Amino acid sequence: MSEALPFGSLFAIAAMALATYLCRISGVVLMSRIRLTPRVQRGLSALPGSIVVATVLPIAVRTGPDAIGGVVAAILSMRIVKNELVALLVGLAVAAGIRAAAGL
Amino acid sequence: MTSTRPTITPKGLLEGAVLLLPLLPGLIVYGLAFGAAAAHRGVSLTEAIALSGIVYAGAAQMVSLEVWRETWTPGSVLTVALITATVNARFVLMGASLQPWLRGTPPLTAGSWLFFLVDANWLIASRYREGGGRDFGVFLGAGLLSWVLWIAATIPGHMAGTLVTEPRRYALDLVMPIFFAAMAVPLWRGVKASGRPWAVAGAVALAASLVAPGYAFIVAGALAGALTAALTEPDLE
Repeated sequence: MSEALPFGSLFAIAAMALATYLCRISGVVLMSRIRLTPRVQRGLSALPGSIVVATVLPIAVRTGPDAIGGVVAAILSMRIVKNELVALLVGLAVAAGIRAAAGL
Repeated sequence: MTSTRPTITPKGLLEGAVLLLPLLPGLIVYGLAFGAAAAHRGVSLTEAIALSGIVYAGAAQMVSLEVWRETWTPGSVLTVALITATVNARFVLMGASLQPWLRGTPPLTAGSWLFFLVDANWLIASRYREGGGRDFGVFLGAGLLSWVLWIAATIPGHMAGTLVTEPRRYALDLVMPIFFAAMAVPLWRGVKASGRPWAVAGAVALAASLVAPGYAFIVAGALAGALTAALTEPDLE
């Protein structure tokens, strides 16, 4: 397993592309073999929200007060103005502001 | 309702592209940053373009640079593939959540559409569908535009590695989590439907992020949330 491959980076890129594509299709392939019972339906419809929470919370906590402030500000502005761009800009501004103020 | 074949209309494609607009600055800066980082690691311009064009997964591309090398052995190729799969494991769940929408689509067609699955267009499409939309063009429109711009941003980033000197200063490294947080608002369906799954998803993800390496926490938390919803009987009202 230690011999150098000719055009090795091509293999690396192809392997990464294959791994990524398999991730992209396997959820759909898997679920097409499962009957959509009400139970499965409920699980699937809770998936988007769960993915969002499972992504945001650890990243915010891991990053620190700048990210937590930005995330909270984005949620609040989304609730008030219901516009993604405004929410994103407010969130980024708050995070950048906290960074500048705290010297992070 | 969920069994009707998804349609794709020009209107849907356009709507998807428009819904992506707020994310374009972040996407472009991220693409520039990847190009610059790739150049720094000795990845050629052609290789960087190939990575952005056929892997098309920002976080995985960035992480792969950590283990990038000049000469590759079968072992190191396998390693980079495994790292990529771990970072992209969330796509498995995102695909699963799209599956009811794709019922009735010929496998090859669905397979080609899914090449464009990334965080941004999955989120935009999920939110659109939550609001009653059915046009799969929204997913594709956002995915195609972000694919083109992702590749396009990689090139100048690679050629002028110092183009984006301080993305951190403007918190641009936080675009994705902050956008995700904003999009959580329309995905919230009230305490009864979303309360328990979200709480479990958050708690499990947080706990997993402390013990497991990499991005496994996303998959662990999301699965726990979906399972909670599946196992909870809905209140009959």
